[in-house]
This record gives sequence, C-alpha cells and structure tokens, in this order.
Amino acid sequence: MAARLLDVRDLRVEFRTRDGIAEAVGGVSYAVDAGRTLAVLGESGSGKSVTAQAIMGILDSPPGRITGGQVLFQGRDLLTMGAEERRRIRGAAMAMIFQDALSALNPVVPVGAQLAEMYEVHLGMSRKDARRRAVELMDRVRIPAAAQRAGDYPHQFSGGMRQRIMIAMAMALEPDLIIADEPTTALDVTVQAQVMELLAELRREYAMGLVLITHDLGVVADVADTIAVMYAGRIVETAPVRDLYRRPAHPYTRGLLDSVPRVDHRGERLYAIKGAPPSPLALPSGCPFHPRCPRAQEVCRVERPPLYEVPAAGAAPASGGRTSACHFWKDELDALDAVNV
Amino acid sequence: MPEPFDPRYDMTEAIAPAGGGGGGGGGGGPVDPAASGPQALKGGSILNGGPPRGPWRLPLPWRKEPGRRLGGPAAPTGRGLWTDAWHDLRRNPIFIVSALIILFLVVIAIWPQLIASGNPYHGDLAKAQDGPAPGHPFGYDLQGRDVYTRTVYGARASITVGICATLGAALLGSALGGLAGYFGGWWDALLSRIADVFFGIPILLGGLVFLSVVTSGSVWPVVGFIVLLGWPQISRIARGSVVTVKEHDYVQAARVLGASSGRTLLRHIAPNAVAPVIVVATIALGTYISLEATLSFLGVGLKPPTVSWGIDISSAAAQIRNAPHMLLWPAGALSITVLAFIMLGDAVRDALDPKLR
Amino acid sequence: MPSTPSMSESRTTEPVLEVRDLAKHYPLTRGVLVKRRIGAVRAVDTVSFALRRGETLGIVGESGCGKSTVAKLLVSLERPTAGTIHYRGEDIARLSGRALRAVRRNIQMVFQDPYTSLNPRMTVGDIVGEPFEIHPEVAPKGDRRRAVQELLDVVGLNPEHINRYPHQFSGGQRQRIGIARGLALRPEIIVADEPVSALDVSVQAQVVNLMESLQDEFDLSYIFIAHDLSVVRHISDRVAVMYLGRFAETGTGREIYDHPTHPYTQALLSAVPVPDPEPRTRPPRILLAGDVPSPANPPSGCRFRTRCWKAQDRCATEVPVLAVPTGLAGPAAHASACHFAEERAEVRA
Repeated sequence: MAARLLDVRDLRVEFRTRDGIAEAVGGVSYAVDAGRTLAVLGESGSGKSVTAQAIMGILDSPPGRITGGQVLFQGRDLLTMGAEERRRIRGAAMAMIFQDALSALNPVVPVGAQLAEMYEVHLGMSRKDARRRAVELMDRVRIPAAAQRAGDYPHQFSGGMRQRIMIAMAMALEPDLIIADEPTTALDVTVQAQVMELLAELRREYAMGLVLITHDLGVVADVADTIAVMYAGRIVETAPVRDLYRRPAHPYTRGLLDSVPRVDHRGERLYAIKGAPPSPLALPSGCPFHPRCPRAQEVCRVERPPLYEVPAAGAAPASGGRTSACHFWKDELDALDAVNV
Repeated sequence: MPEPFDPRYDMTEAIAPAGGGGGGGGGGGPVDPAASGPQALKGGSILNGGPPRGPWRLPLPWRKEPGRRLGGPAAPTGRGLWTDAWHDLRRNPIFIVSALIILFLVVIAIWPQLIASGNPYHGDLAKAQDGPAPGHPFGYDLQGRDVYTRTVYGARASITVGICATLGAALLGSALGGLAGYFGGWWDALLSRIADVFFGIPILLGGLVFLSVVTSGSVWPVVGFIVLLGWPQISRIARGSVVTVKEHDYVQAARVLGASSGRTLLRHIAPNAVAPVIVVATIALGTYISLEATLSFLGVGLKPPTVSWGIDISSAAAQIRNAPHMLLWPAGALSITVLAFIMLGDAVRDALDPKLR
Repeated sequence: MPSTPSMSESRTTEPVLEVRDLAKHYPLTRGVLVKRRIGAVRAVDTVSFALRRGETLGIVGESGCGKSTVAKLLVSLERPTAGTIHYRGEDIARLSGRALRAVRRNIQMVFQDPYTSLNPRMTVGDIVGEPFEIHPEVAPKGDRRRAVQELLDVVGLNPEHINRYPHQFSGGQRQRIGIARGLALRPEIIVADEPVSALDVSVQAQVVNLMESLQDEFDLSYIFIAHDLSVVRHISDRVAVMYLGRFAETGTGREIYDHPTHPYTQALLSAVPVPDPEPRTRPPRILLAGDVPSPANPPSGCRFRTRCWKAQDRCATEVPVLAVPTGLAGPAAHASACHFAEERAEVRA
C-alpha cells in the first residue's frame, strides 16, 4: 500500500503551565489521503488546533512540547527530520489557513506583493512574472477586479475577501496538503458558504489533501469525507461522514448531534450534554468523557477505552476504517438502530 | 475529586481554585437541604415584594437526571490579577532585593538616628575635606560635617519628595485622566490639550524658571513642581486604561442595571483600570527622586539648611579632584535609591502584565 | 417547547414593548478640537416591531446589520436618533434620571461574552446582588444574601458558591451568572444579545434550555439577537431578519424559515450549513455576490438591491415597505420588505 499523504500516529503534546503539566494532545492518530477531506471536529480546548500546530511545526514551545508520536508526511516523519528540510516541506508541500486572516497577513504590504513574494522566494521568479502570477491567483480565488486590487492593503478588504487571499497564499505553491483551522468561523453565513465552496473546489481541482479543523457540525457535513471527533485531547470517534451523522458510535458524538438546533426543522427541547469539558490539567480517569456520559459504567471510570474498530456501513471501506473510543460502542449503535427501525 | 455526590447540582459545580484543592471554599460538602433547599429559599418571594409569582423551584430537566459529579471542568488558568501578581513577585529576586532596599530607606528616612548618632549640621572646619576616620567612615565635607551622617539624613528629603510627588501626581493624574476617559467629549479634548502643553515644558528649564522665584527651602515647592509636570503622564495612562475598561460588558451591564456614574467608576472601572497606573507611578517614583537631586544640584530645588543628596552632590562637585569621597557617598546613595525604585517598578510591571505570562 | 393554546392566545393580546421607526445614526466626524460632521453611519433605520408578553422575538442578521445597536437602544445604553420605544405606554427613549432607572428594572440584558460581562474583581454574590444595591426597594438589606442564593439556585448554580470569583467558573456557568443578574430585578423583558454564540456547542444547549425554562417560569418576554439562524429558530416565536439597519422580513418561525419571501432571507437560509450530509428538504444554495455595502453609504431604495438577483430599476428608486405583500396567501403572507416578494419555487418542490 502506498504511503498516505499525512499519517499522524499517537501524537502527544503537553504544555507546561504554572499550575502543572497539561496534556493537550494525548495520543492522536489520524490520516488523510490525497484528494480527500478529513474534518477534525472538537470544542474549544479539545486539542484540535494544537494537533495541527504540531503537524505544521508552528507549536509555541515553550510552553508546548511534543512528547511522542510520529507525523508521517508522504511516508517521512516530520518530527525527526532536520529543521531546514522541514521548512522546505512546510513552504512548498503543505500550507495552513488560519481563522483570523487579518492578523495572518502583513498589514503594511499590499496583498499582491505578499502573494508575489511567495513566487519570488520559493520559485525564484522574476518580480514581473511573480506579479503576474499573483494577479492570476487572486483571480482564481475569485477576487473581483484582481488586477486593480493587487495594490490594496489587507485592511481594505472585507473579511470574506481576506480569507480568499489567505487561501490564495496557501495555494500559491500548489501544496499537496492544506490544513485549514476554523477557516470560516469568523465569517458570516453567506460568506462562509462562498469560502467553503471555493475551498472544496480547489481541493478537487488540485487533488490536495485537506484537513479541516472546526467546531461546527454543519460546516463539515457538506465537504468532509471522513470525520475525526476530538474530546479532551483524544480522538473519540473516526468515521466516514455519512456514518458519523447517521449512526454515531460514541455518546459524545451523539450528544453533540442532538444538542445542535437545526435550521431545517424546529425541534423540541434540545438535548444538553451535562457539565463542561474537562480541564487538560485535571483529566478524569479512564474515559475522559465518563463524568458527562449517560452511558458511563464503573469500567469507564477505571479503564481508558482503546480505539475499537467499528464496522462501517455501506460503501464506506474505501474511505478507511471506523473507530470509536467507547467501551459500549456496540450498545450505542444498537440503541440507535432500535430507535431508527 | 472525592467530593460527596449531590444530585441536585451535578452539573453546576464551580471550579475549585486550582491551588486551593478540590474541597476548598466550603463547596465540598453536600448542600444542607434544610438550609438552602427550595423550601427555605422560596420563603416569601423576596425579589418581588408583592405576592409570589410562582414557585422559584423549576422543573429543570438536568436536576432530575441522576448523574455524578463532574471531574474537573475546564478551568481558565489564573486566580485573579492581584493574586497572580503577588505569586509572581514573591519569587522574583529583583523584587525582593529592591523591596528590601526601599524598606531600609523608608525606615532610615523616618528614624535616621537609628544608624547615625551624629548631628548632620554640626561641622568642624578643622577637619574639612578629611578622608575617612574612625567613627566617620565616609569622611568629612567642606564644612567639616560628617558625610555618613549627612548621607543618612539626606534619605529623608529624597524619599519624602519621591513618595509625595508620586502620590500627588498619581492621584491628580488618575482623577483627571479617569474622568476624561469615562465622560469623554469636550472635557476629554480640553484635558488632553492641557496635558500636551505640560508635556511640552522642558523639565529642567521649567524647574529653573518656576522654582527660582521660590524662597522657601522646604520640600513642598519641589513636590508641587514635580506634581505639576508629572500628572500628564499618569493621566494619559489612566485615560487609556479607563477607555479600555469602559468598553467591557460588565460596565455596560452595570449601566443597564441603572448604576450611577459614581458607582460605575468606583466599583467597576477603577479596580480594573488601576494596574497600569501603579506600574507607571512606581517607575516614575525613581525618576522623581533623581529629578529632585538634579534640581537641588542646580540650586533651585531644596536649599540649605535642608539636608539632601542633591545639595551635597552640588557642593562636592567642585572638589571632585581633591576630595572624591564627598561626592561618592551621596551620589552612590542616590543611584541605589533610584535604581531600587525603578527595579521595583519593572518587577511590578512584569507581574501585572498578563501578556508576559 | 410546550405551549398550551390558552398561553399562545395570551401571547397575541398584550404588547409590552412597541418600537416605532427607530433609528440610530452615528455621526462621522473629522477634526480634533473642532469636530466637523462629514456623514453618518446609519446603524439602524426605521425599525418597528411589537413584543408581546411571554413571547420571544428573534432578530437575526449578519455582522454589521445593526442588530446589536437595536439591543443597546432597547436597554437605553444608546439614545435613538429618531423613533419611539414605548414600554407600557411610556416612551422610554425620552426618559432620564429616576424615571429611566425605574424602567430599567423591567428591561434587562444578557450579554454575549461570559468572560467580559462579569467584573473579575467581584464575587458572584456581589455581581448577582448588585441589582439589589442599585434598586434597594427590590429586596430589603437583610434578605439580599438569601435572594442571591435563590437566584443562583434558579439558574442551576450551587448557592454555596456565592463567594467565588467569575474565573473559577466555566463559560457556561458564567453565562448562568449573567442570566441570574439579569433576572434579579424580576424584569418583564430580557434583551439577549448573542447569549450563546461564545459557548461551546455542548454547553449552548444547556443555556438555551435554561432560558426557555425561565421564560415559562417568570412569564418573560425575550428579544433574542443572534447571527445563528438555527438557534433563533429554536427559541423564537417570531423572527425578524435584519439587513443593513432595516428589517427585511418578519413573521413567525414557520413563516420565515419554511416560507421566506424576501430574497435576502432565502439566500441566508440556503447558506446555513445543516449538520446532516443528506438533508431531506434542502433548497439549492444561493450564493450571494459581493459584500454587504457600508452602512455609512447605503444603497438608495432597497438596501439589498446591490446583491439581489431580482433587482429592477424600481428597487433603486423606491424604498420597499415592510408589509404583507398583496397576492400572497397562507404562510407566505407575512411582512416582507421586497417589491417582488414571493416564495422560491424550489422550496415547494
């Protein structure tokens, strides 16, 4: 089997704080292939962004520290490779899109020049060629009147347009992998839809792998192939998108799905997961979700559940396996099937 | 979290202070239903004054759920600005050293006779400019007075000027700046322009002009002058800080409740806006002390017979070649004092600036 | 939400708040000491609505549409440039001093950010008890501590935690503290400005459920302002869609969400992501072109016309009024500020 585009294995990150060591990422594994979209879903503090920073090599350290695991990119471990080699890969083969485009762009350089710089530095193009390519790229991400607007500064663009420029920056060198960290969270819904559409289209066109990090169950439903749900620094469930929404195999996923109000029908009273996510400084014993879990038993308090293999329904096997970190995943699915039948 | 299980608040446990242990704050034990249960709480609907509008107790679904105590809900780090700052400061050697020096200086400013038994005014011309002698470790000055005694007594003037001028400038500056920041409008514009005018006055030139007309040798004209030139700096900081804090939702919330301006300023804005003012004032204290010495050196600050480092440095300056000890000791004392206050200010700033954590 | 027929009947009778032609323009000035007026940001323009007792009016719109300004006007944090806000027959926009303070007892607010809406230097007891200090007539001094504990209990917090500080609570718990503070004076109306958008998904539902329970319990009327159409649909009886300072469309939840007639509402709804990879009923997505124009220089006529696919010459010259369009029947017959209001054909299919 050919090496996967990105294969994260048992990644561990901890943060040293004044109040002790916080285990922000406690053994996360996920993978994405070229041309596929993996959505990493989690609430704030679930470790989804820290994982991405560790993959990209932009983790703030100190206080952060990678304490274990592998990040295989096209079969090679990024964590053991030299700094220079890693930087080259980061520039050309993988790129990242951030939530806040305004702070990710240089405020005193016109956007066209910022894009052109990518070509000048990485591809050694002449200034004139680089400029031309920059305008082409802006046009490609559908910025109206790109040629005129290339001379504008970031603050002169609207939020949606700035996010397009961010996407253009990430796309400039046609990377194999893009990691997008909450790319549309700061945007209004109408703009959000445009940006997601663009991102999906570019991914198809260039056959890139896309890791989409978000807290929004709605955003990922349309675009993701596989979803990994994170809770308290761990993956609790990985599943093809359809299975995850139809038959979640972890009580946390199920709780999330039930607690979101929906625009397409007015529901009864919302289901609410009780309590709040735990502090990474004081993770509960056993399964970190057990204090909030309606299904929790004594074993959940004592024994940390491994990632159980869950049979995927329908045509799913192509998109990889299905896992759940719940001792009672079978009961969870049976209960769901009983309701649905 | 070995806390007893109380089904009624299974999802509502507050986060115990990280340092205080899970059972801190008396929240550990089960709530005594007789004391705080619904019946007791219901009482006669206190909130309405009139007839009860229905039972307070609500059929909230999560209360019926048999659940268990939470593990540790997400705890934002930190225990409040001041507690955190104190925690930082106690471990900061710079803070400890400078605080000890300042404590020592304050003590000898109040009771100089504790370590200097002589009389700072008593001179013996026969010993003028003599070097160290037994019982007179720092030697004698031009008038044959004991340099050690004068250096010890000189602390009083410096510390008095430093503390009084800082207090005056801080109070005036934060009052004016705070009000300008809170009310805004023309008052703000006017005050900012006035502050600009004072900023524009060169401090030495201003001192020479203002203080040369004063005949009193006491510390108060100098204190007054420093306050006059020092408040604009504080007022700018205070104004900026109040403008930031004013935008916070809790201030808006107080206004929605109908809180008066006075209440809003004192309870909500001042406690949250004061930190930057304290930092700037502590650093300014050191510079005010050196400013006093500079003015005294130039002959327009304190005047004899007041004992001051600035005056002694001034009179010693001419003799620097044949009697360097006369200059060395008061100048050294001055440097150490200024340094101690500036170091203290730095340490306080680092401790109060959350971005540095 | 369980609502008996008699309840919904009472909801349609008694308006507690009536807003007429409300406008707020922020002047744009230039100059340092002498300020020259060079224009105005029209944050809110001719907004009218009525709020009935026990009802929830949801106001949705994208950032910059003026919905938060409406909230500030309703709780008198800002003074309107024009228009009236009648609460029980009295125009509160003209009140000040003692009279305004008295009205404030009845109109309270819940804020968006649970981290900045509580004073970090005050204990929970002081925060929730502050309303009683400002309005001493509400609770006698000796009873205040008990009243505060009662309130904490009502919002689902442990009354024993009265001496803790806000940072010792999680986001959801802080929002409960903010709700307890808003509830202390037993107001009739609560204006909630994005009360759950800063919370995590799993905690959002807790707070929404709490707000619904409190509404039934205390017969509260809510103005619920949010950008999240899903949450608004869930909690609201009636919904107003706002665009660039004006209401584009108002109606019941079903009318707005299932039978929208204003193009903006239709586009907005079609863009909302649904947590379902294969939704059963889903109109094709309408991608709007361009961005929202600046409120300092809004388009003439219909403000949505620059992004509207139905726009005609008439839209540039004639401001569409918010009224029930002629020729529409059934649930589509609700107020819509569009010259060409009609349901989307695809929705029905």
